Amino acid sequence: MSMLTDLLASLFGMALLNGEKTFWLPEQASTAAKNVDWIFMFIYWLSTFFFVLIVGLTILFVIRYRARPGHKEQPSPSHSTLLEVTWSVIPSILLFFIFYYGYKGFMDLVVPPSNSYEIGVTAQRWSWNFTYPDGYVSENLHVPVDRPIRLVMTSEDVIHSFFVPAFRVKRDIVPGRYNVTWFEATKPGSYQIFCAEYCGTGHSDMLAQVIVHDTGEFDRWLEESSGFLDKLAPAEAGELLYKQRGCKQCHTLDGTIKIGPSFKDSYGIDHVLTDGSTVLAEENYYRQSMLDPQSQIVAGFDPVMPTYKGRLKDKEVTAIIAFIKSLSPYGAVEAETETPTESEAQPETDSATDDLD
Amino acid sequence: MNGSDSTTTADSAAGYSSAQASSDNYLTHGKGIMSWLGTLDHKRIGVMYLGCILFSFFLGGIFALLIRTELLTPGKTIVDADQYNQLFTLHGAVMIFLFLIPGIPAALGNFALPLMLGAKDVAFPRLNLMSWYLWVIGAIFAVASIVMGGADTGWTFYTPYSTSTDTAVISMVTGAFILGFSSIFTGLNFLVTIHRLRPPGMTWFKMPLFLWGIYGTAVMQVLATPVLGITLLLLIVERTLGFGIFDPALGGDPVLFQHFFWFYSHPAVYIMVLPAMAIMSEIFSVFSRKHIFGYKFIAFSSIALAILSFLVWGHHMFTSGQSALANFVFSALTFSVSIPTAIKMFNWLATMYKGNIHLDTPMIYALTFMFTFGIGGLTGLFLGALATDIHLHDTYFIVAHFHYTMFGGTVIAFLAALHYWWPKMFGKMYDEKLGRIAAGLVFIGFNTTFFTQFIMGSQGMPRRYYHYLDEFTIYHQISTAGSYLMAIAFFLMLYYLVKSLVSGKPAPANPWGGNTLEWHMTSPPPYYNFKEAPHVGDPYDFSDLEWDEKTGGYVSKSGRGAS
Ligand code: HEC
Ligand SMILES: [Cu+2]
Ligand SMILES: [Cu+2]
Repeated sequence: MSMLTDLLASLFGMALLNGEKTFWLPEQASTAAKNVDWIFMFIYWLSTFFFVLIVGLTILFVIRYRARPGHKEQPSPSHSTLLEVTWSVIPSILLFFIFYYGYKGFMDLVVPPSNSYEIGVTAQRWSWNFTYPDGYVSENLHVPVDRPIRLVMTSEDVIHSFFVPAFRVKRDIVPGRYNVTWFEATKPGSYQIFCAEYCGTGHSDMLAQVIVHDTGEFDRWLEESSGFLDKLAPAEAGELLYKQRGCKQCHTLDGTIKIGPSFKDSYGIDHVLTDGSTVLAEENYYRQSMLDPQSQIVAGFDPVMPTYKGRLKDKEVTAIIAFIKSLSPYGAVEAETETPTESEAQPETDSATDDLD
Repeated sequence: MNGSDSTTTADSAAGYSSAQASSDNYLTHGKGIMSWLGTLDHKRIGVMYLGCILFSFFLGGIFALLIRTELLTPGKTIVDADQYNQLFTLHGAVMIFLFLIPGIPAALGNFALPLMLGAKDVAFPRLNLMSWYLWVIGAIFAVASIVMGGADTGWTFYTPYSTSTDTAVISMVTGAFILGFSSIFTGLNFLVTIHRLRPPGMTWFKMPLFLWGIYGTAVMQVLATPVLGITLLLLIVERTLGFGIFDPALGGDPVLFQHFFWFYSHPAVYIMVLPAMAIMSEIFSVFSRKHIFGYKFIAFSSIALAILSFLVWGHHMFTSGQSALANFVFSALTFSVSIPTAIKMFNWLATMYKGNIHLDTPMIYALTFMFTFGIGGLTGLFLGALATDIHLHDTYFIVAHFHYTMFGGTVIAFLAALHYWWPKMFGKMYDEKLGRIAAGLVFIGFNTTFFTQFIMGSQGMPRRYYHYLDEFTIYHQISTAGSYLMAIAFFLMLYYLVKSLVSGKPAPANPWGGNTLEWHMTSPPPYYNFKEAPHVGDPYDFSDLEWDEKTGGYVSKSGRGAS
């Protein structure tokens, strides 16, 4: 297969061999890309041939047989079974080849090798969460080079689709089920992830990067990142979580209103809910807002916030609350007095160690 | 009317009395608005449909221009993200449900089908009128969604987005539901008409190929549209009553919706394309002055497409997670659909061979159809092949592909047919030179708009994107420039068509030399179509027709006319 692939690749799209971006196709950065591309170029040249044939004949006939003084239509048969059969059978044979290689290429695209490294993908309006085997969650996808990666994907809300043009991979992410896809990156670097299935207001902002690390570097990166809850102050860790877990798609830090209320000056004041009641924003309120958002809807907003129950650990919730507090004049004062209690509580719930096993 | 003398000559040559020609045609028979709104005449219903459909096309076009203008820059240009989402939803829904699906069958088909068949009217004239009223009601619901906050689901209404977004989805869906019934009634009417109202001598294989195409279309309208109806109803039930059919949060399956939806909407693609091909078969033959090549193959390929189109819906869902086996089957079946299409293209080419090709406006459109629909069909191969579809699905490549089939196919054919039958419908000739210029501008504008979209699509630009990455800017800007050029072309068309109604030269009975029955009657046709059963001959035998300088049309050498 691979010799044939190489031969065909060189025949049909010279520039593709070194994997650079061509007129038609983006850069090739996965093992699948080459496979897909030669099929693309094969269909491309075949189509070009038929297109030139059809349009060429059309133009030729118009020139030769156009109505002009002295020209008349000339008799010719108005049916020919032989011709009809010819132009049905030849395309059929060619189509069979396209179908066959298309299917073969597809099977390579969807069946992950058994030794794949597994990463969980959670899509939600309008951000991505990638969960590594040790439980660490990031907003961009980090992977080692030259190693098959298996993505097990699900959605918190509507249908999304995981699309990396440079890898020629795309798979819908459907709520209520796990869709799987895989790829093996061939070049370190950073590649665009798009959401390809329309999912509302922020659909076109639902972007992320695949960051392909050199072999050893990936493990180092994961080890370093996973410990951030222990290394950073709670408010700093909270800010990181705010960025990584999709809160920033809906909540701003500067007082402007996006999909949800801004976190600026949120802590310590009364919030009006849709049922008319008011509630003082303090730790428990925030906790419930994250773990059971549908139970208290802030007046003037839609109930679109996904639940983070089971997706944010206690310690992470605490960190986010610390971060929200730090954005409010009330919180900033209180934070100083409360710091000791919080740091005392930390060793008890050391979830980082839990995740390692 | 100046020049009525020459019309009269043509008419008597065609076997009609001059009195009938000048006083009583379907346009003058009955005056006042009620004589239109309550009419049972298929020709008038066709004209009413035409007016409505052209207006929808205008509306859908405005939405398209707004979308293209927004996409001039990667960030915000004129509208915000939510408005943009509503715009592409409206553009899609209006163009598909209000314009493309009813376009050729309900407007032009209604006018031409009974005439070409040799019938006095369709089988159920009241049902025909009712389908027009349903169209109007459905259109009101669909367009009313704009003032009710707009729908933002895309024309595909995918769940669970459509069941959870808080926009005016129900109004839009109700509109599509009602429009479905309008479409079913039209299809039913045409089926029965073709089966029951053929005059003596009009055997199946004497029927013009336009009728074969419309027949295949009608089969799909009647069999597929009810599925859309029930699907949309289920969607409404889920939204209003919280039944868990599609929403996984309620125990439903969102992908089930996609199966249901495409079970209708793939045949719907052929509901739009088959009539377009049907028109091409008429035009290539008439304007090449040659018998159509491979009549039976073209006729049967229409039926084959109608049947096969029911078996390929799954090719819209290759990335959805459906099983590899399902993908295998749907991919294979998808390729089988391209054979009948290829057969038709080759037969049209063979029809031109050794002909005497007249480059009038309808033929210019037909020739550009070979180019644009050729690209539309061939790019389908990339999408039928599984490996490449995975990369191209939901990118601008898809957008470009279906515009090359829906615009490059259906709209171009619609324009060809409009210019072909315009003289017959309204008894007036349009400015031929402006007609050709507009056709050329449409062609250039269209390719500029959409060819660039193939490139950005295969480079990875996803569809339905409000913001986009800087690297795609240049493609978007070229595309938008093309769309403005098309807009100019359409305004030019509007100008010369309206002008032709006001001050156009009276049309002869047979300006292009067609031999189907409608060309053997006056332009516009008499109210009763045929006084007695018409003589039916080979619709593609032009040997009896001869150019007549005096009338500016073709007349029968044997003086036989319609009978
Ligand atoms: C899809 C958009 C969305 C995302 C993502 C999202 N939220 Fe929300 N959030 C909302 C909306 C809308 C509201 C207001 C309605 C409600 O109370 O549920 C809200 C309310 C809240 C509130 C209550 C705010 C107040 O002013 O009373 C908190 C706290 C909150 N979110 C935290 C978070 C955190 C932390 C994250 C990330 C881990 C997050 N949200 C992610 C949309 C979102
Ligand atoms: Cu999306
Ligand atoms: Cu389809």
